[in-house]
Amino acid sequence: MNEIVLSPTMVIGETRRQRAIRKNIVAYMFLLPWLVGFLAFSIGPILASAFLSFTKYDLLTPPTWNGLTNYVVMLTKDPRYIKALKVTVTYVFVSVPLQLTLALAIAMVLNRGIRGLSVYRAIYYLPSLLGGSVAIAILWRQVFGLNGLVNKALALLGVQGISWIGTPDTAVYTLVLLRVWQFGSPMIIFLAGLKQISPEFYEAASIDGAGALRRFWSITLPLLTPIVFFNLIMQFISAFQAFTQAFIISGGQGGPVDSTLFYTLYLYQQGFGSFRMGYASAMAWALLGIIAAFTVIAFRSSRFWVYYES
Amino acid sequence: MTLRRHSQWGSITKHLLLLVGGVVMIYPLLWMISSSFKPQNLIFAQMGLWPTQFTLENYTKGWNAIGVPFGVFFVNSFVISVAAVVGNVASCSLAGYAFARLDFKMKGFWFSMMLVTMMLPFHVTLIPRYILFFKLGWLNTFLPLTVPHFLAVDSFFVFLIVQFIRGLPRDLDEAAAIDGASEFRIFWQVIVPLATPALVTTAIFTFIWSWDNFFSQLLYLSKVPLYTVPLGLRAFVDSTDKSSYGSLFAMSVLSLVPAFVIFVSAQQQLVEGVSRTGLKG
Repeated sequence: MNEIVLSPTMVIGETRRQRAIRKNIVAYMFLLPWLVGFLAFSIGPILASAFLSFTKYDLLTPPTWNGLTNYVVMLTKDPRYIKALKVTVTYVFVSVPLQLTLALAIAMVLNRGIRGLSVYRAIYYLPSLLGGSVAIAILWRQVFGLNGLVNKALALLGVQGISWIGTPDTAVYTLVLLRVWQFGSPMIIFLAGLKQISPEFYEAASIDGAGALRRFWSITLPLLTPIVFFNLIMQFISAFQAFTQAFIISGGQGGPVDSTLFYTLYLYQQGFGSFRMGYASAMAWALLGIIAAFTVIAFRSSRFWVYYES
Repeated sequence: MTLRRHSQWGSITKHLLLLVGGVVMIYPLLWMISSSFKPQNLIFAQMGLWPTQFTLENYTKGWNAIGVPFGVFFVNSFVISVAAVVGNVASCSLAGYAFARLDFKMKGFWFSMMLVTMMLPFHVTLIPRYILFFKLGWLNTFLPLTVPHFLAVDSFFVFLIVQFIRGLPRDLDEAAAIDGASEFRIFWQVIVPLATPALVTTAIFTFIWSWDNFFSQLLYLSKVPLYTVPLGLRAFVDSTDKSSYGSLFAMSVLSLVPAFVIFVSAQQQLVEGVSRTGLKG
């Protein structure tokens, strides 16, 4: 006769197989909202936009296949696309390094057990919280306008200012400044990172006679590189997708003379202004490609400059 | 003694620099607030913060500046943001619990899919989503701005909650399981109370992002009575010339009030949310 082992589940009358099935059903019930959302609003649309990027589609008539035409036009026959790409790359590569440098510098100053830390941290963080709003874009439009706050301040010094928003050479830099102004959130992340560095390192270095600058280069910066890397990737990805500020400041046009025509703004104009949905989809995939390429480069390069303990 | 005095001076200069830096940074903001209480003719004449003449006219004028009163836009924004918060907290915590604590087939696959959607720029899904909502007849309703949140489309928050639940000790839910509690009871009576900090962070950031989600609002709402606060402001900017900057500022200030209230009342959660997860403000 076979030996019978009674497991608790068998007592209730459930085999192990039934139990496994039941566990799966329960888990999938928890997962269900996410799963539906994933299929309907993520993977479905991703596949659809990949398809649409090879078509001509205006929302009202069915899409017609036109192969690689959208991509070819983008790169060879659309000077505004190239302009948008240039404007965005300039914006990203000027604003992100400045923003992170400032964030790190202030975090360094705040890290040394300073009195009133929470007050300073709050003041410096506030712009990050409000900066994405339409209200701040409206304010910026005024501050850098011809009669704006900046020119009022310059007048005190006897300098005659220009309309920074209205001049093609300076317009994009007002947007750069707006991003740099929001250095608070990377600063908070740097502060959290700085707290993790053991004071023993600094004590040892001080005993060896290392000065402040030397301590920064040899201890703080190397130990902080993983956080620099994290901030760099996050800010980089979000800067590439900037939209609201350029839209409000340029009245939706990306002017003057396309000098603030951000990539996403041009995508919006093509997709929802001209209803060239196929072209806009191709632009979206090209954006993904660009962001992915830069991210991969950053990851590849990281082993040369990012320091990981252990 | 001299060394100490030296470091004291150092500390004073440091505070001075930090203070000056901070004032320069938020000066435009303060100036906008003060200008919103100044008569129109003084706004561009004065750089100072103190209004020599105080008026509420900008607020009363601005409130009704574009036909539909701003009160309607505030109600719309609140309805959308609150729905987004409820949806995100409910759906993301359900999914987060499943990924963090339950075992099921294809778990690894779904989890990596979720991470992928987290990294993708939303433009890749933008056009088909718009087409979908168009075909469903959802344009000019709040549905495109709220329904996706009930389906945990913001993977970021799912991830945040997964990470948080993974950090919780398993003793309590194991004890509850031995006592015969169902998975749903464990979720509701053990995990949800313990995961409150992560849920609060989710709620706060969802509210602020949803309030400021200009792009989606611009896409899906084109009828003025359905406008949100950012759309109302945008319509106001486009219709205005310099002569009504005062009321424009007044409405801009009002639009920042919800975020500012959250900033004042939940500063600790904001700072922790940012430093723990790298959420941007």
